[in-house]
Amino acid sequence: MSNGNDPRLAISFVEQSARKRVEHILDAGSMREMVTPFDRVTSPWLEMQGIVPQFDDGVVTARGSINGKSVVAIAVDGSFQGGSLGEVAGAKIAGTLELAVEANQAGESIAAVLILETGGVRLQEANLGLAAIAEIQSAIVALRQFQPVVALITGPVGCFGGMSITAGLCSYLLMTREGRLGLNGPQVIEQEAGVSEYDSQDRSFIWGLTGGEQRDATGLIDDFIDLDVIKVRQKVQEYLSKGVPEAFRSEAIQSSLDRLKKVDTRSQITAEMARAILSKEASL
Amino acid sequence: MNMLASHRGRIWFDLLAAQMTVKEGAVPSLLIGEGELSGRTCSLLLVQPDANNRYPRARHGEVGLLEGWALAEAVSHIVSQEATVEPVHKSSIIAIVDVPSQAYGRREEALGIHQALAGAVSAYVQARQAGHPVISLLVGKAMSGAFLAHGYQANSILALNDSGVMVHAMGKAAAARITMRSEDALDELAKTVPPMAYDLKSFATLGIIDHFIDVSSAIAPSLEDIELVQRQLVQAVKNLGGDTQITKRLQGENREASRLVRERLRAQWKGAASK
Repeated sequence: MSNGNDPRLAISFVEQSARKRVEHILDAGSMREMVTPFDRVTSPWLEMQGIVPQFDDGVVTARGSINGKSVVAIAVDGSFQGGSLGEVAGAKIAGTLELAVEANQAGESIAAVLILETGGVRLQEANLGLAAIAEIQSAIVALRQFQPVVALITGPVGCFGGMSITAGLCSYLLMTREGRLGLNGPQVIEQEAGVSEYDSQDRSFIWGLTGGEQRDATGLIDDFIDLDVIKVRQKVQEYLSKGVPEAFRSEAIQSSLDRLKKVDTRSQITAEMARAILSKEASL
Repeated sequence: MNMLASHRGRIWFDLLAAQMTVKEGAVPSLLIGEGELSGRTCSLLLVQPDANNRYPRARHGEVGLLEGWALAEAVSHIVSQEATVEPVHKSSIIAIVDVPSQAYGRREEALGIHQALAGAVSAYVQARQAGHPVISLLVGKAMSGAFLAHGYQANSILALNDSGVMVHAMGKAAAARITMRSEDALDELAKTVPPMAYDLKSFATLGIIDHFIDVSSAIAPSLEDIELVQRQLVQAVKNLGGDTQITKRLQGENREASRLVRERLRAQWKGAASK
């Protein structure tokens, strides 16, 4: 299946299904999916609301290896219910990470790769989606002490809601230029704060503030990922080999407070201003 | 959507911190009480409205950029101060929760509010995992990302048994718009789908709240109410018995699928090891 370096034969990572994304990230033949569609563990709540469930509930979770290193790899399927997390989908992620923590506590070394394309909580399962996200977050903070937890954010859904907080807990965060990362979805902000605060129809404004380029320029991610599958693999390998970072992004407390306490909020912010405030080079 | 700031959090904070040293955190919207609860050192944390908040979208008690990082600072400070203290003697951390939402705004997104909230989540998880009893006391709203950042990582969650106490993933108006339903239709649906409901009784079936406290008033508590809540907080710390996890939530009546998925994963885990 090698396509060498011929760009015409490059396989686009983002065009792959969640299952294929996991397969591509892992060493050839090493993918062992758990709680597969054949297990038919579907959402107990969607059918009650007239929504057709999916046999994997929109999450693919597997064990495997990357460059021979043991990992769990988990992908959220952005095409099912907007990549939203309900009870089952959330439990698949949390449960897998919890087992990885246990394995590390028992002396095995297992890292994690999360491929996030998610709008956050599935509103049809509201409180159980939120509960699951809290459990995922707890497991990541435990796991990242032992082994790197690398998160990838891809388009077109991006990563929003409670899962954007999850992304902020990972050891390393990689993103496509087309991806977006933010807490609140544009529609919700417009609903809560008005169109002058946030115009959910203005795509260039939204990508300008929350797209991959801007998140990199503001230090909120570690690196870009290309669309080509082989390059995505290389990047994941590179970050896994860095091991546990000296400090986590979520622990940059003082520098963040110092910067945010100085922001002049009398006029509305622009993408350029955000870069000036947050970029690594910005003086404190 | 404009709202009146809630004072429930401040009311309970002032009563519970009456014998404590009270100070501001990194910002005026974070209040910290330091003292003792039944002989064990304890810190109370409250995110409160600040009409002069530098960030206009965070003036009604929302958890915004500054609140997220300020919580992170306060909690991680306690953890590092007591790094060498035996777990049984580590101080309790009590989150008083009355948070209407995370802050919704352009500055918030541009400056990484998700990362600020991750800072708070991270600090709370680390406190719990280090052995600090982390208890949440819900006295008002506990909504969405705000609750994830302030309260949801506690290893025990208590709630006043009062209709003003509300836990949810999204405000009703926004949820209606996003799911393309009317608010009435959402309420109707919630009667048969417990995770959708906004009321505490439904929430109780999800296993997340350990105990509901029957107070005579949530906004003008009597002396008995205060003593009852204090006793329940002490009991909650005792009941933990050194537990640093949040897995007991999975025992909830309506969390059958969460348990089933974990059972299957565990059964398949060894067989999925690569060789």
